[in-house]
Amino acid sequence: MNTTSPRYSGPAIAAHWLIAALILVAFPLGVYMHDLPLSPNKLKLYSYHKWIGITVLLLFVPRILWRITHRPPAPLPMPAWQHKIAEGTHHLLYLLMFLVPLTGWLMSSAKGFQVVYFGVLPLPDLIGKSEELGDLFKEVHEALNWGLLVLVGLHVAGALKHVIIDKDGTLRRMLPFGK
Amino acid sequence: MKIQTLALSTALLLAGTAHAVEFNQVDAAKSSLAFSSKQMGVPVPGSFKRFTTQIAFDPAKPTAASTTLEIDLASIDAGSKDANDEVVGKQWFNVKAFPTAKFVSTGVKALGGNRFEAIGKMTIKGQTRDVVAPFTFKQDGASGVFDGGFVLKRMEYNIGEGPWADVSAVANEIEIKFHVVANAAKK
Repeated sequence: MNTTSPRYSGPAIAAHWLIAALILVAFPLGVYMHDLPLSPNKLKLYSYHKWIGITVLLLFVPRILWRITHRPPAPLPMPAWQHKIAEGTHHLLYLLMFLVPLTGWLMSSAKGFQVVYFGVLPLPDLIGKSEELGDLFKEVHEALNWGLLVLVGLHVAGALKHVIIDKDGTLRRMLPFGK
Repeated sequence: MKIQTLALSTALLLAGTAHAVEFNQVDAAKSSLAFSSKQMGVPVPGSFKRFTTQIAFDPAKPTAASTTLEIDLASIDAGSKDANDEVVGKQWFNVKAFPTAKFVSTGVKALGGNRFEAIGKMTIKGQTRDVVAPFTFKQDGASGVFDGGFVLKRMEYNIGEGPWADVSAVANEIEIKFHVVANAAKK
């Protein structure tokens, strides 16, 4: 019998790292592409960015259902305020995992560009073409992304604090190949 | 015998009055010229706001019909401001050197029913190509309504040069759709 703290479940670990990797690609891509002059390259990067975002949105659904139906392992001992911050960060991360791709989709619809998943599956436009709404959702999408950056920063800093300062097994519970 | 003759002459008379009309007064306000391109698989609608059409179409003698279309290329709406600024430029339409596109029909074929086919030559950016455009004709009171379209391959006219020649980003096939309303004038 080993006495190490229980790990997250396999599906939870897989969803965590998969979505993290997708966000890690989509975020800098979005920052880079939006100022490019119009070119075939820009059209391609926009499409890749949208496909990644829709993938996050699609993965979010089973992930949140899994999270609701499977309790994560109880937190290791830590001060209550730290636990509160960690939990709040997690909840907001879940919220943005949903809202960031959704506002991107809304923005694409409002700008008059339907999202065609992988260039083959046309997704319905969520709203009609409208310049004002297009600009509005661009602002919202951008603002939420800066929020996401702050939250991911907090999340990573927290994880590193558990490794470096607390030297506890918090991070290990979420690592894909550990015990 | 007498009745048959009467019926025949009546029919001829009716046919004569019903078809002695030629639809040749184009109502520009009711006519439209739209297109749809595909960017990374995404259909992007567009249109031309200014174009002039001449039509002479008698449904009784469709093969004698003729039409010309001249498009003011700078009046393009390609779906976004960025795109509108881009497509008038050198690599696309180069409107400074080639402000208009022109279609001149060389013949019209009847395909049966209300379906026809306009055959002619399209000139864009100094390139002239043969075009066949199927269309339908519908009489609506004193107006004739023409609806049709065809697929234009942009690379045949060098529309989108340099990096834009990449048809995996913007497809070669552009769907053109026209809707022309022309009023009848007695011959």
